[in-house]
Order: sequence, then C-alpha cells, then structure tokens
Amino acid sequence: MTSEKIRVQDLNLYYGDNQALHDIQLSVKKGSITAFIGPSGCGKSTLLRTLNRMNDLIDNVRITGKVYVDEQNIYDNQVDVVQLRKHVGMVFQRPNPFPMSIYDNIAYGPRIHGIKKKRDLDEIVERSLQQAALWNEVKDRLKKSALGLSGGQQQRLCIARMLAVDPDVLLMDEPTSALDPISTLKVEELTQTLKSRYTIIIVTHNMQQAARISDYTVFFLNGHLVEASETNAIFTNPKDKRTEDYITGRFG
Amino acid sequence: MSKRTDRLMRGVFIASATFVSIIIFSIILFVGKQGVQTFRDVSPAEFFFSTDWTPLENRYGALVFILGSFLLTGLALLFAVPFAVGGAIFLAKYAPSWVREILRPAVDLFVGIPSVVYGLVGLTVFVPWIGKATGTAGFGVLAAALILAIMILPTILSVSEDALRTISRSLEEGSYALGATRWQTIRLVLLPAASPGVLTGIILGMGRAIGEAMAVQMVIGNAPLLPTGPGSPTSVLTTEIVKDMPNSIFGSTVNNALFLMSLVLLLVSLVLILLIRVIASRREV
Repeated sequence: MTSEKIRVQDLNLYYGDNQALHDIQLSVKKGSITAFIGPSGCGKSTLLRTLNRMNDLIDNVRITGKVYVDEQNIYDNQVDVVQLRKHVGMVFQRPNPFPMSIYDNIAYGPRIHGIKKKRDLDEIVERSLQQAALWNEVKDRLKKSALGLSGGQQQRLCIARMLAVDPDVLLMDEPTSALDPISTLKVEELTQTLKSRYTIIIVTHNMQQAARISDYTVFFLNGHLVEASETNAIFTNPKDKRTEDYITGRFG
Repeated sequence: MSKRTDRLMRGVFIASATFVSIIIFSIILFVGKQGVQTFRDVSPAEFFFSTDWTPLENRYGALVFILGSFLLTGLALLFAVPFAVGGAIFLAKYAPSWVREILRPAVDLFVGIPSVVYGLVGLTVFVPWIGKATGTAGFGVLAAALILAIMILPTILSVSEDALRTISRSLEEGSYALGATRWQTIRLVLLPAASPGVLTGIILGMGRAIGEAMAVQMVIGNAPLLPTGPGSPTSVLTTEIVKDMPNSIFGSTVNNALFLMSLVLLLVSLVLILLIRVIASRREV
C-alpha cells in the first residue's frame, strides 16, 4: 500500500458570495496519477489550484478547511508559499513559455532558487529536457526563443521547466486541451514515465484520457466531489448515478 | 454598390496617408533647405564645434545648444524613468483596484497640463530652491531638467503601465507556479516582456523633453554659455530658436542658422528614436 501524499479536508472555496467548492474530502496516494474529471465549471481546476495556493493570486477568494501535503497543512500561516510551489509544480491549460530562450526558460526556476553556477544549470537544463522528452528536438537551439517552438513542444518545455525545480507533486490543468493528437499522445506518454518519481494530478475534459493514463479518477459536479475511486472501477462500475450519466455521455 | 464604396474608401485612406506624408516631408525639406543655406556664410566646423554664439559679430557656434539639448534630455530621463517605471509597476501590480481607479485618471490628466503651467511652477518653486542651495540665481539646467522630468513622467508611467497590464496573466502564473516571489516575477518576467512598451513610453517622453521650449525657456536662464554647475544659466536648441527667431529677418544668416538648429533638433530626435528601436529589437529573443 502506498502512502498518502495529499489530503484535502472539509475544503470550501468561495469566489465572493459564490461557493465554488463544497466540503471536499480527498486523499491522493504517493506515486500515483489521479485524474479530475467533470463538466466545465464543476470546480476541478479550482480544486487543483488550491493545492499549490494559486488561488491566492485572485481577489475575493475565501477558503476554509485544510489541505495537507506531506502531513503539513499548506493553509497554515507559517507556510512559505514559495517553498510549497517548489514542491508542488504546475502546468497550465495553455503552454505559457516565457518570452526568452529555451535555456533561460528551464534555468528560470533553478536561478530564482539560488543556483548560479553555469555547470549546474547546464546539467539541470539537459536533465529536465531529457525527462520531458524534448532534449533531442531542441538541443541544437537552446539559445533560440522558446516562442518559436510548436504548441506541443512548448507544453513539454513547460513540463521541463516545472521539473527543473525538482518538485514531487505535478499538477496538470488540462495540459493537452490546446494540443494536437500527436502532441497529446507525447504528453500522455510522458506522464507514464514520470509517475514512478512523482505524484501527478491531472485535470482533463477528456474521459478517454483519464481512462488511459490515470490510476485514480475523481468526478466532480457543481462544486461537489461526487465519486473518487480507482479508474477502472469508476469507468466499469460507477457507484453514483450521476457519475454513470456523465461517463456514458448523457450530459456534460 | 458595396464594392464601389469599398474602392472609394480605399482611395480615401490612401489619399490621407499620402497627404500626411507629404506634409511631414515638406516640413523636413523646407527646414533643411533654409538651414543648409547657413553654410554659405558659416563653416560647418564653426557651427558644430564652436561655443561662441554672437550673431551681432557674425559668430555662429551652436555647440552649446546642441550639447545642452542632449544634457537636458538625458538628465530629465534620468530623473523621470526610475519613478515612472516604479509608479507603473505599483499601479499595475501592487495597488489595490480602488487606488488605481483614482490614480490612473489623475496621471492621464497630468499629461494634458500645458507646459507653461509647468514652467511657472519651475519658476516659482525650483528656481528659488536651487538658487538657495547653490548660492546662484537658480536658473539653469537642473531646474529645467526637473521640470521636464515632471512633465514627461506621466507619459512614461501611463504607457509603461498599459504595457505591463497587457502581459498575459498566464506568464505571471507560470512564474509564481515555479516558486517565484512577486518581485522576481516582475523583474525577470513581466518587465522584460513589457520592455518594448516601456521603451515606447520612454521614446515619447524623450520626444517631448527634447522638443519642449516654453517651460524650459522660463527656467534655464537663456545664456549661450556652457553650463558650469546646476545653477548656471545656459541655453538649448529649442529655447534659442524661440528667443532669436522673432528678432531675425527671414533669409538672414542668423535666421538660417536657427533653421539649421531646427534641422539638427529634428535629426537628433529621429536618430535617438531609431537608436532605441535598434537596441530594443536586439534585446528581444
């Protein structure tokens, strides 16, 4: 039995007067891939963004309840958000490379965390790009702008950039929704090679994707967590009627 | 019908573009043609390298004014840019929205204040203050630079703030998600990404600074002498043109020399703008 990496307890989230998450309870196992599924606006991305406190950046967000990462409640006052985000990396829906060279994109994280020696940076850049299966495609143009890469390459660059700060949890917010099928396949394959070392949570609109790559699946509806189970179980034998309706395509 | 309107409008737009271009080029041509005639009576070496401007005795050295314009513009930018960019960062990234809603229109309002008002403020506030501090009359390049800095600050601030705000939020989030602090995000991601916009603001400010005559003339002292200190009267291209033009006859040597100074002013601002554009395009990756 693998141990618990993240535990969400009695989590409520409000945008102003509007409650977006209701009383969420969730446990995520170390070294697994968990998929969050559900229709648009169900709160799955919002929940993902509470796990690295990305919602802190938005005005009028109020959160109650607890989120434990490695037994530490990340909403405790003494928690250092910078350290938290080093451990809990995030990839976004649309690739968002910085307008700088490929090398500088990857080196950005290590640099802000104090790594200055060129040899160390070179090594991190190469290792991260290898891990993201991008090295062979870009090794001859590391000094070129990252904006010249294709969408799929940009997204893998963003994954490499996240890996460069050496996190142990990877949050992926619909990472393939802006990509073509081949790039999508590459990113999916990547999640499989990464899962031995990292705990991955992926938000997806695509149920086949969830079925293909995840160990556990969590279904959300209108800000409520409806069902969380092993992926196989959820897709073959959903316990809740609403889950069944959703995965059989009756709504959503 | 619609096709004809389309063609007609196309014609209208081409005509207005041509018209504007023609006007601009005629101005440059006219100023240039008048200016170049100076060289019938004055050698280029004297005009560009002599500091002796005594038209009554036929000495037409304009070096004081050329250097003065550079010095004044440089100083004004030196004073204004740090505050303007800092203010832009504050308004775009730190200020709560209600503060921004008050300050932003106020800043835009400042852009529209006539320069004579700034000149008056300089005359009654800065000149006595500098005079007291330096033991002089206070008229000079420092007072002018301070006034210009205040004048161009809102322009640079306003354009820079727009540039910062138009940067996609996703870039910012990408940086925060890697564990960057707010200041790291601003310094390493947002400012570089906004730098073309910030630079545009600086160019606009610079254009206003180098071309400003009224406010500068009120506080700079208007003596054709190289400045020896913050409170020593001097003169720049614009102020000298304003001062001497009404007293000169069209076609006389001094009048031509003033046109030549206008041409220099025009070319200097053109070159500065091009230079900054080149630097900016090099810095982009």
